[in-house]
Amino acid sequence: MPELADRSLLEALATHYNYWITIFLMVAGLYIVVARSNMIKTLVGLGIFQTSVYLLYLTPGKILGGTAPILTEGAETYSNPLPHVLILTAIVVGVATLALGLALAVRIHEAYGTIEEDDITAVVDREDFAE
Amino acid sequence: MIPLAASSGMDLMSQLPALQVMVPLIGAVVTAAIRQRHIAAAITVACSVAMPLIAILILAEVQANGTISYAMGGWAPPIGIEYRIDPANAFILLLVSIMGAVVALYAPRSMAYEVSEERQAWTYAMYLMCMSGLLGMAITGDAFNIFVFMEISSLAMYTLIAMGSERRALVAAFQYLVIGTLGATFYVIGVGLLFSLTGTLNLYDLAQIMPAVEAGHRSAIAGLAFIVVGIGLKLAMFPMHLWLPNAYAYAPTVATAFLASTATKVAVYLLLRFVFSIFGVEFSFTATPMAEILMVLAALAMLVCSFSAIFQINVKRMLAYSSVSQVGYMLMGIALVNEAGLTGGISHLFNHAIIKACLFMAVGCAFYATGVTRTENLAGLGRTMPLTMAAFVIAGLGLIGVPGTAGFVSKWYLVQGASEAGLWWVVAVIVVSSVMAVFYVGAVVEVAYFREPKVPVVRKPPTEMVAMTWVLTLAVIYFGVVTDVNGDVAAAAARELMAGWAR
Repeated sequence: MPELADRSLLEALATHYNYWITIFLMVAGLYIVVARSNMIKTLVGLGIFQTSVYLLYLTPGKILGGTAPILTEGAETYSNPLPHVLILTAIVVGVATLALGLALAVRIHEAYGTIEEDDITAVVDREDFAE
Repeated sequence: MIPLAASSGMDLMSQLPALQVMVPLIGAVVTAAIRQRHIAAAITVACSVAMPLIAILILAEVQANGTISYAMGGWAPPIGIEYRIDPANAFILLLVSIMGAVVALYAPRSMAYEVSEERQAWTYAMYLMCMSGLLGMAITGDAFNIFVFMEISSLAMYTLIAMGSERRALVAAFQYLVIGTLGATFYVIGVGLLFSLTGTLNLYDLAQIMPAVEAGHRSAIAGLAFIVVGIGLKLAMFPMHLWLPNAYAYAPTVATAFLASTATKVAVYLLLRFVFSIFGVEFSFTATPMAEILMVLAALAMLVCSFSAIFQINVKRMLAYSSVSQVGYMLMGIALVNEAGLTGGISHLFNHAIIKACLFMAVGCAFYATGVTRTENLAGLGRTMPLTMAAFVIAGLGLIGVPGTAGFVSKWYLVQGASEAGLWWVVAVIVVSSVMAVFYVGAVVEVAYFREPKVPVVRKPPTEMVAMTWVLTLAVIYFGVVTDVNGDVAAAAARELMAGWAR
C-alpha cells in the first residue's frame, strides 16, 4: 500500500494494531515451538501460534460501525459473520489437536519417564548405538 | 442434511460425491462405538471396498459429462460448500480409494499381530477416519473445508502412528503432530490472506477473482508462500521432511502402507490445485521464483534422501527416506511447468503410491513371519519366503524405474519434460537418483538372496496378506505396460491443470 509509506510509523502501528498483535503472537508461538525441548511448552507454543490465526481471520470481518449480523430495524451495516463461524471451527480443531498432543505427552512420560525431547533423543541414540 | 431418504437409483447416483466422504466417516463412528475388533475389521473392509466403486462411478461421470459440481446440503456455491470434481481430483479419489481398499483387505491379521487387542477397534476407526479426511481433501472445492478435512485426516494419522508397538512410535507421532499442525496452520494463514483479499473461500470462485487482484499485490504473494510452505510440510518437501522417516518406520505396517501411498499424494494434489488452478501458471511462476526454488529442493530431495536411504539399517526407514526422494520427482514435475513434466509428476504420484505400498506390505509380510525389520536380519528370506521377496524385488525394480514397470512410465515423461525445457542437469539428477535406488534396493536383495538365513521363519504369512501384496506387484507390471491410467488420464489431468480455472 503506497499511502502507508507517507504516514508515520506510529500511525501505521496504531491503525493496524490487530495485525501487529497477530504477527507478534505468530512469531512468539513459532519461536517457542522451535526453541523449547519440553513437550508441554512446545504444545503451549503451538497453541499461541494457532491463536494468532484466529485474530488474523476475525480482524477483517469486523466492519467499523457495523452491528451483529441480525436483521433488525435501524441497522444498515453488519459485520461479516463468516470469519466467526470459520474460527469457531478452527478453535474446535485446535482443542482436539491440543488434547491429542497432551495425551501423547502422557504416554511418552509413561514410556520414557521424561517429556524433555533432548533427553529422549539421547535415549533413542543410545538404543540405536546398542543395536 | 442430505436427502438420502428418497433413495431411488437415480438419487443415489447424484449423491455419490457426498457418499464418497460420508461412508467411511459414518463407518469410523460406528466402529468406535461398537469397539469389537472383528466387527470393526468387517466394517472397515466393507466401507473400504465400497470406496473404489464410488470413485470409479464418479470418474466415469466426469469423463462422460465433464466437471461435477455438488452442492453440499443443498446450499448453492459459492456461499455453500461445493464438492467439485474434475479429471485431476477424480484421479486422486480413485487412487486413494483403491489403496485404501487394498490395504484394508491386507489389514486384519497384520493388525492383529502388531497392535494390542484392546486397541484394534480404535485403530480401525482411525483408519476409516483418515481415509474420510483424505478423500474429503481431494473432493471438496472449498478452501476452509480442505483445512477441516486436513485436520481430520492428520489427527487420525497421529493416532495411527502412535499405535506402533515400539515406544519410539509415540515420539514419532508427537513430532509429526507438532510439524503437521504447523503445516495446517500455515495453510490456513495463507487461506486467510486470500479470503481477506477476495472475500470468497470457494476454490473455483477464488480462481475467477484472483487474476484481477493478484497482480503485484503482496497479500497474494504472501498467501501463495504460506500455502506452499504449509502444504510442503504435509507432503514432506525437502528440507521439511524430518518428521517422515520416523513416522513411517515405527507406525504399524498397515498405517505405513496406507499413509505412504495416500497422505503425501493428496498433499501433492492440493499443491497442484492451488499453484495451477487457482493462482494460475502465469502468476505462480512469474511473480514468484517458485519454479526455481521447487526445482532445487526437488533435486536435493532426489539426491540427498536417496543417499541417506542407502545407509539405513532398518528397511522401513530406508523405504521412508526413499519416499522423500520420490516426492522430489513429483515436485520436479511441477517445477518443470510444461505438460510433459506435469504428466510425469502426476503419473509418478500414482505409480509411487502402488510401488511404495507394495514394498511396505512385503516388508510387513516378512515382519509377520520373522519379527524383524533390520535389513541384515532379512538374510536368506529369498529362499525361505520366495513369494514375498519376489514381490519386493519386482516393486523394487519399479522404484528404480526399470522399463516394463510403472516407475519407468513416469520417469520417461519427466525426462521428456526436462529435455523439452532444455534442462539437461535435471535429466542427470533423475538418472543419478535412479542409480542410487539400485544401491538401496540392491542392498536388501543382496542380503535376502545371497546370504545364509539368519532369523527363522516362525510362521507363514497369511494368504490374504501375500495376495494383496501380489495384487499391487502385478499392478506395478500392468501399469508399466498398459499406460491408459498413469499415462492418458494423468495427461488429461495435467492439461486441465495447466489451463487453470480462471476464465
